[in-house]
Amino acid sequence: MSTLLSSAARTASPRSALGLLVAIIAVMALMPTFLPTYHVSVLTQILIFGVFAMSIDILAGYAGRTSLGHGAIFGTATYVVLYTVTQYGLPLWAAIIISVLAATVLAAIFAALAIRTTGVYFLLLTLALGMIVWGICLRWSVVTGGENGIRGDIRPVEIGDALSFYYVTLVCTVVLTFAMWRFIRSPFGLTLSGIRDSAGRMRSLGYDVSLHLFLGFVMSGFFAGLAGALYALFNNFVSPSTVALTQSVTGLLMAIVGGVGTLFGALIGSFVMITLENFVSYYTQRWPTVLGLVFIFTMIFAPAGVLGTIRALRSRRRG
Amino acid sequence: MSEPILRLESVAVAFGALRAVDGVTTTVSRGERRALIGPNGAGKTTLFNAITGMHPPTEGRVVFAGEDVTRMPPEKRAARGMARTFQITNLFNQLTVEENMLLALRGLSPRKFSMFGNRDLDAEERERSDRALDRVRLGARRDTAVRELSYGEQRQLELALSLVMKPSLLLLDEPAAGLSPTERTIVVEIIRELPRDLTLVLIEHDMDLVLGLVDNVTCLHEGRILVEAPPAEIAGNKAVQEVYLGKPRHA
Ligand SMILES: Nc1ncnc2c1ncn2[C@@H]1O[C@H](COP(=O)(O)OP(=O)(O)OP(=O)(O)O)[C@@H](O)[C@H]1O
Ligand SMILES: [Mg+2]
Repeated sequence: MSTLLSSAARTASPRSALGLLVAIIAVMALMPTFLPTYHVSVLTQILIFGVFAMSIDILAGYAGRTSLGHGAIFGTATYVVLYTVTQYGLPLWAAIIISVLAATVLAAIFAALAIRTTGVYFLLLTLALGMIVWGICLRWSVVTGGENGIRGDIRPVEIGDALSFYYVTLVCTVVLTFAMWRFIRSPFGLTLSGIRDSAGRMRSLGYDVSLHLFLGFVMSGFFAGLAGALYALFNNFVSPSTVALTQSVTGLLMAIVGGVGTLFGALIGSFVMITLENFVSYYTQRWPTVLGLVFIFTMIFAPAGVLGTIRALRSRRRG
Repeated sequence: MSEPILRLESVAVAFGALRAVDGVTTTVSRGERRALIGPNGAGKTTLFNAITGMHPPTEGRVVFAGEDVTRMPPEKRAARGMARTFQITNLFNQLTVEENMLLALRGLSPRKFSMFGNRDLDAEERERSDRALDRVRLGARRDTAVRELSYGEQRQLELALSLVMKPSLLLLDEPAAGLSPTERTIVVEIIRELPRDLTLVLIEHDMDLVLGLVDNVTCLHEGRILVEAPPAEIAGNKAVQEVYLGKPRHA
């Protein structure tokens, strides 16, 4: 009886999930018609950071490795796009490919150094690696422009206005979200969850745990790099703050607020945090304080995050 | 006699000054069922870790199926046909029974690297998984999350994960520890039903349980082999009785 019910729930849920998904995409597509330009660009930002936060969740939520170096990976792609376009006049598509490659290579370096550690050591090591990148961006001013950063109107005219760029971003986000979802649902994605739950068991089952973590980290960095490249187009500007620790922390907080290990939660987290930031900045300069408070409240009242809590409530009602 | 499947040559594992395993030499022949007994802290689990590579020996050699595997990582030993269970239940707690089986099934298959493919079981995997789950009486629990299983069921899944790998050498670390008498009978039944060509090394404290199941018994004490003999001779052995009944090493 209970198996019958649960299998009924299983067959029903993908269809309703698909319906929900279509509805969300439709709403997102219609949103700009109701919103002033400024808010359209806030929405764009929400999507880009949502992709970034999801890339962090791949590691934090599925592989159980919380990275504080992803801001640097994200920002490296942003830097490379702006640098190659403004300095060498590279076509945008080439700049994007190179930037994502650079971010992926950086992720591979981070991964090679960090995957043998877990818990707080992984956190600190990725933090330190991210700090190095930040230091380089700050000091190597011939290339990075130092504190002034790099500015450049790199967005092609066809997507120059906020609205068209929003739609480009929306399409990219849908595609990337789908790709990340496939990734964590794949046989390989499952091995990451296995490592999170028990690395020792995985090894005795025949898995090269280091190799899987390495590949998982590189893939996660690849997605973070794509978000960073999009951000270059969005912002037309990059400075050391884009690769700074705050960037990593912001992405991680988005994943946490939305629900670690839920993937889509990261999009919700991005929405909550960026909306809140815009709202709060209207009244006060103390955004970092608010950020801290949001984090504390999440940890105390909904440690599973928005989506994690919703899922828990739903499964409790069903069970 | 054919080449033994497992040969240990003066295997030692030291944790600082403590020699948890201290010069163990023995051979296990193909198809043999061997029990490893000994009081708490005798070094049984540590010896398993040395054999499987979870904690490689600090001295000596481990030869598995004719190949020196002393310095080989656990995953490579698994690929050569070694499987184990853990004394302290070691499962993928956030995943379902079926997902646990999936991971066990694909540890040695290239499909583990499929990054955007479908994770569902194919027909052959489904059959292997079902057979292993039925064997450990978990056939009806496929979709249950591991953390919702009873302790006894978790011990059964522990067994299923190693069985589904189709190992040639199976190392069971106290599979029945902490189980109720009924559950113990189930585990004994499961072990009894295992194919006879599978080589088995079984750590177990309960002599009554062990003696009917195995061909030979190795009794470990303070990291060394005290006695190695068929079960009939172990029961009456003075030295074995002494280490089990005498004062424990750790107070
Ligand atoms: N990782 C470790 N570091 C330090 N000492 C250890 C470690 N693992 C085991 N030991 C010590 O090695 C000795 C042997 O432990 P082991 O777990 O192998 O015993 P055992 O025979 O399996 O005992 P039990 O029947 O209680 O499971 C013990 O004194 C234990 O404290
Ligand atoms: Mg033990």
